[in-house]
Amino acid sequence: MELGDLVRMARQIRRDIVTITHVAGSGHPGGSLSSADFVTALYFHKLRHRPEDPHWEGRDRVIFSKGHVAPVLYAALARSGYFPVADLNGLRRLGSHLQGHPCTCTPGVEVGTGSLGQGLSVAVGMAMAAKLDGRPNLFYCVNGDGELQEGQIWEALMAAGHYRLDNLLTFIDYNNLQIDGEVEKVMGVAPLADKLRAFRWEVVGVDGHDMSALVAALDAFPRNDGKPTAIIGRTVKGKGVSFMENIAGWHGKAPNDEQYAQAMRELADPEV
Amino acid sequence: MVQTYGKKPTRMGYGDGLLTLGETDPRVVVFDADLAKSTTTDWFAEKFPARFFDAGIAEQNMLGMAAGMSLLGKTPFVSTYGVFVAGRAWDQIRTTICYSKLNVKIGGMHGGVSVGPDGATHQALEEITIMRVLPNMIVLSPCDYHESYKATLAAAQIAGPVYLRFGREAVPIISTPETPFEFGKAALWRDGNDVALLATGHMVYHALEAAEALAGAGVNALVLNVHTIKPLDEEAVLAAVAQCGCAVTCEEHQTTGGFGGAIAELLAKRRPTPLRFIGVQDRFGESGQPDELFEEFGLSAHFIVKAAREVMQAAKK
Repeated sequence: MELGDLVRMARQIRRDIVTITHVAGSGHPGGSLSSADFVTALYFHKLRHRPEDPHWEGRDRVIFSKGHVAPVLYAALARSGYFPVADLNGLRRLGSHLQGHPCTCTPGVEVGTGSLGQGLSVAVGMAMAAKLDGRPNLFYCVNGDGELQEGQIWEALMAAGHYRLDNLLTFIDYNNLQIDGEVEKVMGVAPLADKLRAFRWEVVGVDGHDMSALVAALDAFPRNDGKPTAIIGRTVKGKGVSFMENIAGWHGKAPNDEQYAQAMRELADPEV
Repeated sequence: MVQTYGKKPTRMGYGDGLLTLGETDPRVVVFDADLAKSTTTDWFAEKFPARFFDAGIAEQNMLGMAAGMSLLGKTPFVSTYGVFVAGRAWDQIRTTICYSKLNVKIGGMHGGVSVGPDGATHQALEEITIMRVLPNMIVLSPCDYHESYKATLAAAQIAGPVYLRFGREAVPIISTPETPFEFGKAALWRDGNDVALLATGHMVYHALEAAEALAGAGVNALVLNVHTIKPLDEEAVLAAVAQCGCAVTCEEHQTTGGFGGAIAELLAKRRPTPLRFIGVQDRFGESGQPDELFEEFGLSAHFIVKAAREVMQAAKK
């Protein structure tokens, strides 16, 4: 997909996020919007996958360790063709395959996540298995910055460095907000890049809303240098919807009718 | 006398089972968390170094890595002490492994107070409870070395998560390589019609001893070896209880929510029956010699005999 198309797709995915959390009446728009550009670049530019054949052996794997951003994941899967876009309206409803947090009942979801800090370990294990068998698949993970407070994350980071998993990339959605406030005030994770490097990771810092920078960072992977890659994406929680931006309260709250209408106006494609 | 064939720790049945699987099943990989000698996975590590992964002292990540391996078609066996895996990594087992029904096998060593001098921190007494409550989880609790070997092999054939419970101490071997083992089927090891001794793990040996003592006094005790705690062989348990009219559960574990709890749930639903529970009664373990601890915690055969007499009285037999 061309850069302009990726930007348009990211906007579409943002509209989907706002729409489906509005329809569901609950959900997590804040972190979904902050990671939307990376997720778009990953699914529509980089990932080797076959949405019509979700179990294709040769596919790259994506693990959403920050499982609460299910809206952005579901939007990306639907827009990729894993299931009809209309299914998105079932988000969080009884009987729907779109659970509040990711579940393997959804085509394209590799493993259930939602209890923070666990997904990176799964991606590490997958990357190890591929190394063991000499398989060329690549492994992607999406982590939150607040999530890095979980001890298991550092166990996983240590293991990835130890096992030299250069087939593994994680994107850290560094929006500096978590439910209780600013990450640095709640339980600081800085200096993040130094910490990751000390754990034997290759670290790339990007503006997490700059599509060309995200594409370039993804294109540089894999480096085949024996190091796992972390992209630290400087992001804005709620990005793209003015009244949600940088407000921790939009972590897990759905827009009402009026807010929805305004958000959709702000996320409309510009007139050509 | 109960027929025995020497003594060996059940954890060695796991180690030998993994060695066999290493030869027969290329999908099998083994994880440990810095306890490879103790869990006996060092035997596998030596023979199949490329398929052995030491996670270091980081159990939660070990479970996650095993989950990831299973998603690429491997059959990982993760191995450490029961307290450190079932307890410390419970949410990883619940949310990452059981929710997605991943093919991860968990070898939990050092179940029970018979761990001995290491004391309460290392004596796993709660794993049966907290593992059996998880949807999709299977719980195996073999009685001796040979059954542990067979259970390990059986686990590799089951699709989905399995928890295997083993002990530290050398315990009497009461079966042979030829003794049948069928996953999910409780085995009737002694028939009787006065009282049903329902036992799991190496408490099967103590139940057999108790049954011998009772036989000397003219009481015919039935002994059922319930190696598969989940799914529970309900029909075998109900048949045993129907035949005897009363029962005693025997486990080296908290009775609350444990094996005794599982039996009580079943009987309350299907066949209310006078029941007594041999096991740890809502206490932490202690340091001591295994035989001393068996006395201290009321697990030895004579306690089973006493419970059998009580429950027969309650059942007006």
